[in-house]
Amino acid sequence: MADVNRGNRPLSPFMLGKYYRPQLNSVTSILTRITGNAMIVAALMIAWWLIAAATSETAFNRADWFVTSFIGDVIMFFSVLGLWYHSLAGVRHLIWDQGLCLEMETADKLGWVVIGGSVVLTLLTVIIV
Amino acid sequence: MVQLTLPKNSRMKKGKTWPKPQGATNVRKFDIYRWSPDDGENPRVDTYFLDMDKCGPMVLDALIKIKNEIDPTLTFRRSCREGICGSCAMNIDGINTLACIYGLDEVKGDVKIYPLPHMPVVRDLIPDLTHFYAQHASIMPWLETKTNRPAKEWRQSIEDRKKLDGLYECVMCASCSTACPSYWWNGDRFLGPAALLHAYRWIIDSRDEATGERLDGLEDPFKLYRCHTIMNCAKTCPKGLNPAKAIAEIKKMMVERAV
Repeated sequence: MADVNRGNRPLSPFMLGKYYRPQLNSVTSILTRITGNAMIVAALMIAWWLIAAATSETAFNRADWFVTSFIGDVIMFFSVLGLWYHSLAGVRHLIWDQGLCLEMETADKLGWVVIGGSVVLTLLTVIIV
Repeated sequence: MVQLTLPKNSRMKKGKTWPKPQGATNVRKFDIYRWSPDDGENPRVDTYFLDMDKCGPMVLDALIKIKNEIDPTLTFRRSCREGICGSCAMNIDGINTLACIYGLDEVKGDVKIYPLPHMPVVRDLIPDLTHFYAQHASIMPWLETKTNRPAKEWRQSIEDRKKLDGLYECVMCASCSTACPSYWWNGDRFLGPAALLHAYRWIIDSRDEATGERLDGLEDPFKLYRCHTIMNCAKTCPKGLNPAKAIAEIKKMMVERAV
Protein backbone atom coordinates (compact mmCIF):
# COMPACT_ATOMS: atom_id res chain seq x y z
CA MET A 1 0.00 0.00 0.00
CA ALA A 2 2.96 2.28 0.51
CA ASP A 3 3.13 2.94 -3.22
CA VAL A 4 -0.32 4.53 -3.36
CA ASN A 5 0.67 6.95 -0.64
CA ARG A 6 -0.24 10.37 -1.95
CA GLY A 7 1.64 13.35 -0.68
CA ASN A 8 3.69 12.67 2.41
CA ARG A 9 1.08 10.48 4.07
CA PRO A 10 2.64 8.28 6.76
CA LEU A 11 2.14 4.53 6.82
CA SER A 12 0.13 3.44 9.84
CA PRO A 13 1.93 1.08 12.27
CA PHE A 14 1.39 -2.61 11.60
CA MET A 15 4.18 -4.76 13.05
CA LEU A 16 3.15 -8.06 14.65
CA GLY A 17 3.84 -7.97 18.34
CA LYS A 18 4.19 -4.27 18.98
CA TYR A 19 1.15 -2.97 17.13
CA TYR A 20 -0.72 -6.07 16.06
CA ARG A 21 -1.41 -8.64 18.78
CA PRO A 22 0.26 -12.02 18.12
CA GLN A 23 -2.45 -14.67 18.09
CA LEU A 24 -2.27 -18.46 17.93
CA ASN A 25 -3.25 -18.51 14.26
CA SER A 26 -0.63 -15.97 13.15
CA VAL A 27 2.12 -17.38 15.38
CA THR A 28 1.61 -20.96 14.14
CA SER A 29 1.59 -19.63 10.59
CA ILE A 30 4.87 -17.74 10.84
CA LEU A 31 6.46 -20.69 12.70
CA THR A 32 5.69 -22.88 9.69
CA ARG A 33 7.82 -20.55 7.55
CA ILE A 34 10.57 -20.23 10.13
CA THR A 35 10.87 -23.99 10.70
CA GLY A 36 10.84 -24.61 6.96
CA ASN A 37 13.78 -22.27 6.46
CA ALA A 38 15.66 -23.19 9.63
CA MET A 39 15.86 -26.85 8.65
CA ILE A 40 18.29 -25.81 5.92
CA VAL A 41 20.95 -25.65 8.68
CA ALA A 42 20.50 -29.32 9.55
CA ALA A 43 20.24 -30.26 5.90
CA LEU A 44 23.59 -28.58 5.19
CA MET A 45 25.12 -30.28 8.23
CA ILE A 46 23.97 -33.72 7.12
CA ALA A 47 25.10 -33.05 3.54
CA TRP A 48 28.53 -32.01 4.84
CA TRP A 49 28.69 -35.19 6.95
CA LEU A 50 27.80 -37.40 3.95
CA ILE A 51 30.17 -35.63 1.56
CA ALA A 52 32.93 -35.90 4.15
CA ALA A 53 32.24 -39.61 4.52
CA ALA A 54 32.80 -40.00 0.78
CA THR A 55 35.94 -37.81 0.78
CA SER A 56 38.48 -39.03 3.33
CA GLU A 57 38.85 -40.36 6.83
CA THR A 58 40.21 -37.07 8.24
CA ALA A 59 37.41 -35.08 6.60
CA PHE A 60 34.85 -37.51 7.99
CA ASN A 61 36.36 -37.45 11.46
CA ARG A 62 36.19 -33.67 11.47
CA ALA A 63 32.58 -33.59 10.27
CA ASP A 64 31.58 -36.45 12.56
CA TRP A 65 33.14 -34.68 15.53
CA PHE A 66 31.04 -31.57 14.86
CA VAL A 67 27.79 -33.41 14.09
CA THR A 68 28.03 -35.50 17.25
CA SER A 69 29.27 -32.61 19.42
CA PHE A 70 27.01 -30.79 21.85
CA ILE A 71 26.31 -28.00 19.33
CA GLY A 72 25.54 -30.62 16.68
CA ASP A 73 23.17 -32.35 19.07
CA VAL A 74 21.39 -29.10 19.85
CA ILE A 75 21.01 -28.29 16.14
CA MET A 76 19.72 -31.80 15.46
CA PHE A 77 17.26 -31.65 18.35
CA PHE A 78 15.72 -28.39 17.18
CA SER A 79 15.72 -29.60 13.60
CA VAL A 80 13.74 -32.67 14.59
CA LEU A 81 11.32 -30.38 16.42
CA GLY A 82 11.17 -28.12 13.37
CA LEU A 83 10.66 -31.06 11.05
CA TRP A 84 7.76 -32.45 13.07
CA TYR A 85 6.23 -29.04 13.48
CA HIS A 86 6.54 -28.24 9.79
CA SER A 87 5.10 -31.62 8.80
CA LEU A 88 2.12 -31.34 11.13
CA ALA A 89 1.49 -27.75 10.06
CA GLY A 90 1.65 -28.99 6.47
CA VAL A 91 -1.02 -31.58 7.25
CA ARG A 92 -3.15 -28.80 8.75
CA HIS A 93 -2.77 -26.88 5.49
CA LEU A 94 -3.85 -29.95 3.51
CA ILE A 95 -6.97 -30.22 5.69
CA TRP A 96 -7.68 -26.51 5.20
CA ASP A 97 -7.25 -26.85 1.44
CA GLN A 98 -10.18 -29.28 1.47
CA GLY A 99 -12.22 -26.42 2.90
CA LEU A 100 -12.39 -28.22 6.27
CA CYS A 101 -11.69 -27.11 9.85
CA LEU A 102 -11.61 -23.44 8.87
CA GLU A 103 -13.90 -22.26 11.65
CA MET A 104 -11.77 -20.10 13.91
CA GLU A 105 -12.28 -22.31 16.97
CA THR A 106 -11.39 -25.53 15.12
CA ALA A 107 -8.42 -23.91 13.41
CA ASP A 108 -7.08 -22.76 16.78
CA LYS A 109 -7.60 -26.23 18.27
CA LEU A 110 -5.62 -27.70 15.38
CA GLY A 111 -2.95 -25.10 16.12
CA TRP A 112 -2.54 -26.50 19.61
CA VAL A 113 -2.52 -30.03 18.19
CA VAL A 114 0.33 -29.03 15.86
CA ILE A 115 2.35 -27.48 18.71
CA GLY A 116 1.66 -30.27 21.22
CA GLY A 117 2.04 -32.99 18.62
CA SER A 118 5.42 -31.73 17.45
CA VAL A 119 6.76 -31.64 21.02
CA VAL A 120 5.49 -35.16 21.81
CA LEU A 121 6.75 -36.61 18.53
CA THR A 122 10.14 -34.93 19.00
CA LEU A 123 10.53 -36.41 22.49
CA LEU A 124 9.51 -39.84 21.15
CA THR A 125 12.02 -39.48 18.31
CA VAL A 126 14.80 -38.52 20.72
CA ILE A 127 13.97 -41.44 23.05
CA ILE A 128 13.76 -44.00 20.24
CA VAL A 129 16.77 -42.85 18.15
CA MET B 1 7.73 -7.27 -0.16
CA VAL B 2 8.18 -8.20 3.47
CA GLN B 3 8.60 -5.03 5.47
CA LEU B 4 9.30 -5.02 9.19
CA THR B 5 9.79 -1.38 10.06
CA LEU B 6 8.03 1.87 9.33
CA PRO B 7 9.45 4.33 6.80
CA LYS B 8 11.16 7.38 8.27
CA ASN B 9 8.25 9.76 7.86
CA SER B 10 5.92 7.30 9.63
CA ARG B 11 7.82 6.70 12.87
CA MET B 12 5.88 7.88 15.88
CA LYS B 13 7.09 10.36 18.44
CA LYS B 14 5.84 10.84 21.97
CA GLY B 15 3.01 13.34 21.76
CA LYS B 16 1.17 15.62 24.11
CA THR B 17 -0.15 14.44 27.48
CA TRP B 18 -3.49 16.11 28.10
CA PRO B 19 -4.53 17.04 31.67
CA LYS B 20 -6.40 14.55 33.86
CA PRO B 21 -10.05 15.25 34.68
CA GLN B 22 -10.54 17.10 37.96
CA GLY B 23 -11.87 15.17 40.95
CA ALA B 24 -12.38 11.90 39.09
CA THR B 25 -11.74 8.62 40.89
CA ASN B 26 -12.16 6.17 38.00
CA VAL B 27 -9.63 7.45 35.45
CA ARG B 28 -8.48 5.57 32.37
CA LYS B 29 -5.55 6.33 30.08
CA PHE B 30 -5.92 6.49 26.30
CA ASP B 31 -2.93 6.48 23.93
CA ILE B 32 -4.10 7.68 20.54
CA TYR B 33 -2.28 8.00 17.21
CA ARG B 34 -2.21 11.53 15.80
CA TRP B 35 -1.02 12.87 12.49
CA SER B 36 -1.87 16.04 10.67
CA PRO B 37 -1.00 16.76 7.02
CA ASP B 38 -0.68 20.47 7.86
CA ASP B 39 2.45 20.76 10.00
CA GLY B 40 5.02 18.53 8.25
CA GLU B 41 5.68 16.64 11.51
CA ASN B 42 5.94 12.90 12.06
CA PRO B 43 2.99 11.06 13.63
CA ARG B 44 2.80 11.16 17.42
CA VAL B 45 0.92 9.34 20.18
CA ASP B 46 -1.11 11.63 22.43
CA THR B 47 -2.19 10.62 25.92
CA TYR B 48 -5.65 11.47 27.23
CA PHE B 49 -7.34 10.68 30.55
CA LEU B 50 -11.08 10.12 30.91
CA ASP B 51 -13.38 9.88 33.90
CA MET B 52 -14.91 6.46 33.27
CA ASP B 53 -17.85 7.17 35.59
CA LYS B 54 -18.97 9.77 33.04
CA CYS B 55 -18.18 7.81 29.87
CA GLY B 56 -20.29 5.47 27.73
CA PRO B 57 -19.38 1.76 27.49
CA MET B 58 -17.87 1.59 24.00
CA VAL B 59 -14.50 2.71 22.62
CA LEU B 60 -16.35 5.08 20.29
CA ASP B 61 -18.04 6.71 23.29
CA ALA B 62 -14.60 7.47 24.70
CA LEU B 63 -13.36 8.92 21.39
CA ILE B 64 -16.42 11.16 21.09
CA LYS B 65 -16.00 12.27 24.70
CA ILE B 66 -12.37 13.21 24.05
CA LYS B 67 -13.35 15.11 20.91
CA ASN B 68 -16.22 16.92 22.68
CA GLU B 69 -14.55 17.73 25.96
CA ILE B 70 -10.76 17.64 25.63
CA ASP B 71 -9.43 17.96 22.09
CA PRO B 72 -11.78 18.93 19.22
CA THR B 73 -8.99 18.34 16.68
CA LEU B 74 -9.04 14.54 17.20
CA THR B 75 -10.24 13.13 13.87
CA PHE B 76 -11.95 9.81 13.16
CA ARG B 77 -14.74 8.40 11.00
CA ARG B 78 -17.97 7.29 12.63
CA SER B 79 -21.61 7.17 11.73
CA CYS B 80 -24.12 4.51 12.76
CA ARG B 81 -22.70 3.60 16.21
CA GLU B 82 -24.15 0.08 15.86
CA GLY B 83 -21.69 -1.86 13.70
CA ILE B 84 -23.51 -1.62 10.39
CA CYS B 85 -21.80 1.25 8.53
CA GLY B 86 -18.23 0.05 9.04
CA SER B 87 -16.85 3.60 9.34
CA CYS B 88 -15.15 3.46 12.73
CA ALA B 89 -12.84 0.50 12.04
CA MET B 90 -9.49 1.02 13.76
CA ASN B 91 -6.72 -0.82 15.57
CA ILE B 92 -7.74 -1.05 19.22
CA ASP B 93 -5.61 -2.89 21.79
CA GLY B 94 -3.70 -4.67 19.03
CA ILE B 95 -6.61 -5.93 16.96
CA ASN B 96 -8.75 -4.39 14.25
CA THR B 97 -12.38 -3.84 15.11
CA LEU B 98 -15.23 -1.35 15.07
CA ALA B 99 -14.90 1.22 17.86
CA CYS B 100 -18.69 1.44 18.22
CA ILE B 101 -19.26 -2.22 19.10
CA TYR B 102 -16.04 -2.88 21.00
CA GLY B 103 -16.54 -2.47 24.73
CA LEU B 104 -14.03 -0.59 26.86
CA ASP B 105 -14.33 -3.47 29.32
CA GLU B 106 -12.86 -5.79 26.67
CA VAL B 107 -9.58 -3.85 26.79
CA LYS B 108 -7.15 -4.66 29.57
CA GLY B 109 -5.15 -1.75 30.95
CA ASP B 110 -4.51 1.42 28.92
CA VAL B 111 -6.48 1.83 25.72
CA LYS B 112 -4.18 2.06 22.68
CA ILE B 113 -5.82 3.24 19.49
CA TYR B 114 -4.14 3.39 16.07
CA PRO B 115 -5.47 3.66 12.52
CA LEU B 116 -6.01 0.41 10.57
CA PRO B 117 -2.52 -1.11 10.08
CA HIS B 118 -0.23 -0.56 7.09
CA MET B 119 -2.39 2.03 5.35
CA PRO B 120 -1.59 5.57 4.24
CA VAL B 121 -2.98 7.93 6.86
CA VAL B 122 -5.18 10.85 5.79
CA ARG B 123 -5.34 12.29 9.29
CA ASP B 124 -5.26 10.85 12.85
CA LEU B 125 -7.35 7.64 12.82
CA ILE B 126 -8.47 7.96 9.21
CA PRO B 127 -6.77 5.65 6.69
CA ASP B 128 -6.91 6.16 2.93
CA LEU B 129 -9.18 3.37 1.67
CA THR B 130 -9.11 4.35 -2.03
CA HIS B 131 -7.12 1.30 -3.11
CA PHE B 132 -9.18 -1.00 -0.87
CA TYR B 133 -12.41 0.20 -2.50
CA ALA B 134 -10.90 -0.08 -5.98
CA GLN B 135 -10.04 -3.72 -5.26
CA HIS B 136 -13.63 -4.34 -4.18
CA ALA B 137 -14.89 -2.75 -7.42
CA SER B 138 -12.50 -4.95 -9.43
CA ILE B 139 -14.28 -8.17 -8.43
CA MET B 140 -17.55 -6.96 -10.05
CA PRO B 141 -19.67 -6.74 -6.89
CA TRP B 142 -22.98 -7.00 -8.73
CA LEU B 143 -25.19 -9.64 -10.36
CA GLU B 144 -23.91 -10.54 -13.85
CA THR B 145 -26.47 -12.27 -16.07
CA LYS B 146 -26.64 -13.42 -19.69
CA THR B 147 -30.16 -14.81 -19.99
CA ASN B 148 -33.05 -12.48 -20.65
CA ARG B 149 -34.32 -10.50 -17.75
CA PRO B 150 -37.28 -12.27 -16.08
CA ALA B 151 -40.67 -10.53 -15.96
CA LYS B 152 -40.36 -9.96 -12.24
CA GLU B 153 -37.32 -10.63 -10.02
CA TRP B 154 -34.43 -13.09 -10.37
CA ARG B 155 -35.68 -15.96 -8.26
CA GLN B 156 -33.62 -17.97 -5.82
CA SER B 157 -34.47 -21.02 -3.72
CA ILE B 158 -34.26 -20.87 0.04
CA GLU B 159 -31.33 -23.33 -0.05
CA ASP B 160 -29.41 -21.21 -2.57
CA ARG B 161 -30.12 -18.05 -0.61
CA LYS B 162 -28.67 -19.76 2.48
CA LYS B 163 -25.28 -20.01 0.72
CA LEU B 164 -24.99 -16.22 0.98
CA ASP B 165 -25.27 -16.23 4.78
CA GLY B 166 -21.97 -15.37 6.40
CA LEU B 167 -21.00 -13.41 3.27
CA TYR B 168 -23.62 -10.74 2.60
CA GLU B 169 -23.22 -9.33 6.14
CA CYS B 170 -19.80 -7.82 5.33
CA VAL B 171 -19.85 -4.03 5.86
CA MET B 172 -16.52 -3.35 4.10
CA CYS B 173 -14.87 -1.89 7.21
CA ALA B 174 -11.42 -3.16 6.07
CA SER B 175 -10.58 -4.65 9.48
CA CYS B 176 -9.78 -8.05 7.93
CA SER B 177 -7.65 -6.89 5.02
CA THR B 178 -5.57 -4.58 7.19
CA ALA B 179 -5.07 -7.40 9.73
CA CYS B 180 -3.54 -9.64 7.08
CA PRO B 181 0.28 -9.74 6.87
CA SER B 182 0.03 -10.81 3.24
CA TYR B 183 -2.05 -7.73 2.54
CA TRP B 184 0.44 -5.52 4.38
CA TRP B 185 3.26 -6.74 2.20
CA ASN B 186 1.53 -7.41 -1.11
CA GLY B 187 -1.60 -5.29 -0.81
CA ASP B 188 -0.87 -3.61 -4.11
CA ARG B 189 -1.54 -6.87 -5.97
CA PHE B 190 -3.16 -9.25 -3.46
CA LEU B 191 -6.88 -8.47 -3.31
CA GLY B 192 -7.10 -9.15 0.43
CA PRO B 193 -9.74 -10.99 2.47
CA ALA B 194 -12.56 -8.44 2.12
CA ALA B 195 -12.52 -8.22 -1.68
CA LEU B 196 -12.11 -12.01 -1.97
CA LEU B 197 -15.02 -12.67 0.39
CA HIS B 198 -17.14 -10.43 -1.83
CA ALA B 199 -15.83 -12.22 -4.91
CA TYR B 200 -16.99 -15.54 -3.44
CA ARG B 201 -20.34 -14.04 -2.47
CA TRP B 202 -21.05 -13.47 -6.20
CA ILE B 203 -19.38 -16.66 -7.40
CA ILE B 204 -21.76 -18.86 -5.40
CA ASP B 205 -24.85 -16.74 -6.00
CA SER B 206 -27.18 -19.13 -7.87
CA ARG B 207 -28.53 -16.24 -9.98
CA ASP B 208 -25.13 -15.11 -11.20
CA GLU B 209 -24.08 -16.30 -14.67
CA ALA B 210 -20.48 -15.14 -14.80
CA THR B 211 -18.84 -17.71 -12.52
CA GLY B 212 -16.23 -18.66 -15.16
CA GLU B 213 -15.25 -15.07 -15.84
CA ARG B 214 -15.09 -14.35 -12.12
CA LEU B 215 -12.76 -17.30 -11.53
CA ASP B 216 -10.67 -16.28 -14.56
CA GLY B 217 -10.28 -12.84 -13.04
CA LEU B 218 -8.93 -14.30 -9.80
CA GLU B 219 -6.60 -16.91 -11.36
CA ASP B 220 -3.41 -15.05 -10.51
CA PRO B 221 -0.45 -15.76 -8.22
CA PHE B 222 -1.08 -12.51 -6.34
CA LYS B 223 -4.77 -11.58 -6.51
CA LEU B 224 -5.90 -14.84 -4.88
CA TYR B 225 -2.93 -17.00 -4.00
CA ARG B 226 -1.13 -14.61 -1.66
CA CYS B 227 -3.59 -15.92 0.93
CA HIS B 228 -1.60 -18.31 3.14
CA THR B 229 -4.45 -19.08 5.53
CA ILE B 230 -2.94 -17.03 8.35
CA MET B 231 -6.55 -16.41 9.46
CA ASN B 232 -6.00 -13.01 11.05
CA CYS B 233 -9.01 -11.97 8.93
CA ALA B 234 -11.43 -14.42 10.50
CA LYS B 235 -10.01 -13.78 13.95
CA THR B 236 -10.54 -10.03 13.76
CA CYS B 237 -13.79 -9.63 11.76
CA PRO B 238 -16.11 -7.51 13.95
CA LYS B 239 -19.10 -9.14 12.25
CA GLY B 240 -17.86 -12.68 12.98
CA LEU B 241 -17.46 -13.60 9.30
CA ASN B 242 -14.81 -15.94 7.92
CA PRO B 243 -13.03 -14.62 4.82
CA ALA B 244 -10.39 -17.38 5.12
CA LYS B 245 -13.06 -20.01 4.52
CA ALA B 246 -14.50 -18.09 1.54
CA ILE B 247 -11.01 -17.86 0.02
CA ALA B 248 -10.41 -21.61 0.59
CA GLU B 249 -13.68 -22.30 -1.28
CA ILE B 250 -12.52 -20.17 -4.23
CA LYS B 251 -9.19 -22.06 -4.32
CA LYS B 252 -11.13 -25.35 -4.27
CA MET B 253 -13.29 -24.21 -7.21
CA MET B 254 -10.12 -23.30 -9.13
CA VAL B 255 -8.85 -26.85 -8.69
CA GLU B 256 -12.19 -28.47 -9.41
CA ARG B 257 -12.62 -26.70 -12.71
CA ALA B 258 -9.07 -27.56 -13.78
CA VAL B 259 -9.32 -31.33 -13.20
